[in-house]
Amino acid sequence: MEQLTHRPTPLSDTPNTYCPGCTHGVIHRLVAEVIEEMDLLQKAVIVVPVGCSTLAVNYFSFDSVQAAHGRAPAVATGLKRSLPDNLILTYQGDGDLASIGTAEMVHSAIRGENISIIFVNNGIYGMTGGQMAPTSLLGWKTETSPYGRTVEANGYPIRVCEMLSQLNGPALLVRTEVVTIPGINKTKNYIKKAFTAQMKKMGFSLVEILSTCPTNWGMTPVDSLKRVKEETMKYYPLGEFKMAEGL
Amino acid sequence: MGEKILMKGAEAVGEAAIRAGCRFFFGYPITPQNEAPAYMARRMPEVGGTFLQAESEVAAINMLYGCSAAGKRVITTSSSPGISLMSEGISYSAGSELPMVIVNVVRGGPGLGDIAPSQGDYFQAVKGGGHGDYHLIVLAPSTVQENVDLMKIAFDLADKYRNPVMVLSDGLLGQMMEAIELPDYIDPNSFPHKDWAADGMQGKRKKNLINSFDLLPEGLEKMNKKMWQKYIQAEREEVRFEEIEVGDADYIFVAYGTVARIIKTVIKSMREKGHKVGLLRPITLWPFPTKKLQELANKPNVKLLLDIEMSFGQMIEDVKLAVGCLKPVYFYGRQGGMVPEPIEVEEQMTKLIKEAK
Repeated sequence: MEQLTHRPTPLSDTPNTYCPGCTHGVIHRLVAEVIEEMDLLQKAVIVVPVGCSTLAVNYFSFDSVQAAHGRAPAVATGLKRSLPDNLILTYQGDGDLASIGTAEMVHSAIRGENISIIFVNNGIYGMTGGQMAPTSLLGWKTETSPYGRTVEANGYPIRVCEMLSQLNGPALLVRTEVVTIPGINKTKNYIKKAFTAQMKKMGFSLVEILSTCPTNWGMTPVDSLKRVKEETMKYYPLGEFKMAEGL
Repeated sequence: MGEKILMKGAEAVGEAAIRAGCRFFFGYPITPQNEAPAYMARRMPEVGGTFLQAESEVAAINMLYGCSAAGKRVITTSSSPGISLMSEGISYSAGSELPMVIVNVVRGGPGLGDIAPSQGDYFQAVKGGGHGDYHLIVLAPSTVQENVDLMKIAFDLADKYRNPVMVLSDGLLGQMMEAIELPDYIDPNSFPHKDWAADGMQGKRKKNLINSFDLLPEGLEKMNKKMWQKYIQAEREEVRFEEIEVGDADYIFVAYGTVARIIKTVIKSMREKGHKVGLLRPITLWPFPTKKLQELANKPNVKLLLDIEMSFGQMIEDVKLAVGCLKPVYFYGRQGGMVPEPIEVEEQMTKLIKEAK
């Protein structure tokens, strides 16, 4: 019988313990497929953040470095300056990247640091139990915005790609989604371009991926996918905010 | 060896690090240690190394974390408030067993304090600073030459124990110029490859994981115990101290760093007046020379110990723990960046000697 699919070798055989309906599993797989297809398994080092995806220390089969909350781009900087020919990527959620790690994210982009950031944005803190993130949409009820997020109290949600697009350092800034099949395919393509940008030493690359959190949103997985399409994507438009020539 | 030059303390630290085979520096400006990063910014490109000014001390220490994870010798220099900001990363580095050298050119505190020499960061360096159950190996130079000599030792200890090492200097040692002898260059390519480093598998091995995390208490306890074993070994093998005229001394000063240097002058003056005084100078503040202090306190002729610090008294807690009730331990200190004059230290000891007689 013909084998139609297989576990990409950059994924370990440890079963993941992410919640049902969580898109981390999909995104992990996309990262792994790209690393395999680009033959980068032996050169890759991933910096794992603090959040749900800290669990990723167990899910990839290649070198992994666990970082403090928000500091992954600084850790990746130290790795990349030491290993300029390796693939250095960070995998960060929105609390990690857009709240506590804002400075490290912005300054690694300013430096045009040759690293790739996989930024998973579901608009909420997952691991700590559903607190408001800087990316939570206005009106969203969370553990720490029980009456709904307001502009008066919390300001507007941060659009990371738009903000970074003002800088010269980034070679690639895109926002994509993994709640539709075309979106998943596109996301994989963008991850490939990001890694290509890095291996060609073209500068900083960040792929923002709109995702879900059924558990902390209090929704079924199917309703969560719908929410991304109907709410999240309206505030966070998909697209290419920076795409260097030749990518 | 043999190359003798006049050099500022902070710059000597930088040159010594390069000669110890370090090619990576990450840091952030803060007084009174700015000469060190400025020196590294000039020198690192000359030796094919990397100098990077980070956006903050928080970022800098995490760059060290990444660089060390890649298996490289790496250093930062900072001063008290900067070390506070680095403390998170230092805890993570200890937890992930990453070797690195952190130089704290201590200034007056707390808060913004001032930029004058102080020893107010002893607790932070020796008792923790960051969260969790860990130790730094802490070295305390007292001359510019020792800034240089301890640098290779600091890197070697960091690698031997896979643990961060802190060099606890102060504003005076950073700013003063002295004639020093520099060691020969060690080739960074001469070090054995670190088989635990996350530097890409290169088809040679399975995944390496740099990590301070285990959700299961059974697993984390195992990691903690492994660190504990290292600390027990360090306590056994790495204690360093200097004894000045303690052989026949009835009265013993205990001091480190800049203060110890001042006390050497005091001892000379008091010996000339017939007082049998000596100095025990801890060089490793952790592991602390506990046994040596006990041995001294146990000598029948030793009447008392006088601990002198540029703080309200921090190291004295370790001195008292060592000495227990064997002999009285007294304290004298200056704070806020004030450096004690030899004359005031001499007065303190002279008074105690009179009272003891």
